Amino acid sequence: MIPLSWYLVFSAALFSIGLFGVLARKNAIAILMGVELMLNAVNINLIAFWRYLTPTQVAGPAFVTMVFATAAAEVAVGLALIISAYRRRNTVTADEIDLLKG
Amino acid sequence: MNFWNDPVNFIGQWLGGLLSGLGLAPSLVNFLLSLLGVLVLAMGSLLFTIFLIWYERKILGRIQDRLGPNRVGPFGLIQPIADMMKIFTKEYITPIGADWLPYNLAPIMAVASVLLLYAVIPFGNRMVGVDLNVGVLYLVAIGGFGILAIVMAGWSSNNKYALLGAFRVIALLVSYEVPMVLALLVPVLLSGSMGMSAIVQAQAGGFWYLFVAPLAALVFFLSSIAEVGRAPFDLIEAESEIVAGFNIEYSGLKFGFFYVAEFLHSFTVSVIFATVFLGGWQGPGAATYPLLGFVYFIVKAWIVYFVLLLFRGSLPRFRIDQMMDLNWKVLTPLSLSLVVVIALVDKLLANVSLLVRGIGLLSSSLVVGFVAVEIMRQAGAKRRREVAPAFEHREAASGSAPVQPGSGGGL
Amino acid sequence: MTSIQIIFLLAAAGTLAAGVFVVSSPKILHAALWLIVSLFGIAIMFALLQANFFAVIQVVVYIGAIAILIIFGVMLTRRIMQDTGLQLTRFWWGAALASLGIFAGLITMLSGWKAADIALPEMSSSGTTQAISQLGQALVSPDAYVLPFEAASILLVVAMIGAIYIALDRK
Repeated sequence: MIPLSWYLVFSAALFSIGLFGVLARKNAIAILMGVELMLNAVNINLIAFWRYLTPTQVAGPAFVTMVFATAAAEVAVGLALIISAYRRRNTVTADEIDLLKG
Repeated sequence: MNFWNDPVNFIGQWLGGLLSGLGLAPSLVNFLLSLLGVLVLAMGSLLFTIFLIWYERKILGRIQDRLGPNRVGPFGLIQPIADMMKIFTKEYITPIGADWLPYNLAPIMAVASVLLLYAVIPFGNRMVGVDLNVGVLYLVAIGGFGILAIVMAGWSSNNKYALLGAFRVIALLVSYEVPMVLALLVPVLLSGSMGMSAIVQAQAGGFWYLFVAPLAALVFFLSSIAEVGRAPFDLIEAESEIVAGFNIEYSGLKFGFFYVAEFLHSFTVSVIFATVFLGGWQGPGAATYPLLGFVYFIVKAWIVYFVLLLFRGSLPRFRIDQMMDLNWKVLTPLSLSLVVVIALVDKLLANVSLLVRGIGLLSSSLVVGFVAVEIMRQAGAKRRREVAPAFEHREAASGSAPVQPGSGGGL
Repeated sequence: MTSIQIIFLLAAAGTLAAGVFVVSSPKILHAALWLIVSLFGIAIMFALLQANFFAVIQVVVYIGAIAILIIFGVMLTRRIMQDTGLQLTRFWWGAALASLGIFAGLITMLSGWKAADIALPEMSSSGTTQAISQLGQALVSPDAYVLPFEAASILLVVAMIGAIYIALDRK
């Protein structure tokens, strides 16, 4: 049998990997991918806690459903922004999109 | 339990007993039996494809006033095997700058994504690979892998036509998934379950969803043709526009994989249509004798496949904007309103007899279809009235054709 | 070590390795393909947790829609594909330190928690079906989650319109 802690360690590791991607990658699309990894780590935690601790309540799956909807919306808007920035500035490197820098 | 009432489990138990007699552990025996089932299913459907290719070429030949393959073997039956031999012996050519791993993975994924669909199809009573309680969603999920395979092939070939094909695939297949999923929701609503076996069970006694919800069946049929990428929706590999689309750089057996995947996929959507809308294996005596149900099932899928071939043989290819219009302006709103109306009518008629419920659902479908056709007719007439003056002007300017007042408006 | 534990360890190792490739692969399209492997590994995790519904939804939403969208974005912004060399910012060591610190913090927190080694409560196949219908009813019942559900649907509509507006090519 798999103890709950395995899932928690796994999702913590995945969250950290995603965080590294968000902080360290230059490419804006790669940053989006890092965010996706982090959201997925959260989802694993939510489902694991639901199944192990409160299998009769619906709070866990309901939250996961919300996370799915939010992730879809986030990717749609994020990619639209990236494509728009690419059209105007011809780059998707986050460092070079610095018009607001004084 | 005997062979005629439950063939799969009968053979399973017999083989299991045989293997246990050899002194294998029960878990290993189970594993081996599942593996055998997977092999039989996959090999069976792949071998069946050889016959499908012959059948399709023969039918298309007849539609186009030709004989079709008729040289190798009786009626040309051995022709696909000869083609297979040819394709086996061809040289593999990998273009310069190709991305090695995605390039070689794509053909495998294309075939696998079709074969995986067979895991949840009930071929007869108690003849199903896995009876998932989310079977319908599983079908949609596996469809995503098929798109992915084509995208990988198009990207990794390092060819602009292949990339254009991949772009078209994403635009097309992702948008046609919307009406397809919405149309699949109607049988799920009516049967109250997402499991394939439960959907088939709910259609017992001729309560086929094709009769109960014909509009959903039509939307599903059209969008599944688009999902397969068959004519009239074959923009993905339009030979006259983008050479061959995503598979332009593939040769030999790798191309053969895509070829087989396409044929098998178009039969598989017929199989899914037969399961979801034509009652699957349901028929007289099928519940007691699953093999009889299997025969009914194949016959039904065959009829759907024949209609698919008639579509392919007789309709010209759409333009890409027409395809998008058809999806977003016709099929999606239609299927959305259909889901709402069916849910409402089904809830209202929850306590009446099956016949009344079926008639109520059918008439609600017909009303929705009639309204949709009327709206499209009005919109078309309006569009023609807008366009008509421009034509008249041009004709008058050229002076050759006589000007007909009000032409085009009354169509 | 039971067989299900071995499956878990293999899936976890595969997912984490794919995750590392996602954040470190120099070619952005390879990163997107590794992301798909990683997301699929998470679907396996959901299946191991007997949440079949979420496993399939994970494949539909993440692989069928989000990953495909990301690949589409990568293809549309193609010129950066030719970029060679380091795809990380100058301060990547700082990012590595921060994420390692967070990981260490989470692990220390977990190690002090007693409830972490309980076993999975049994759930029959009819139980999982029941859980799905329970979830469906909770999402639309006024005394449960109808408000967040409606908010999510509004968010999706707003995101869709906003994405079209932002990415529209005004000539």
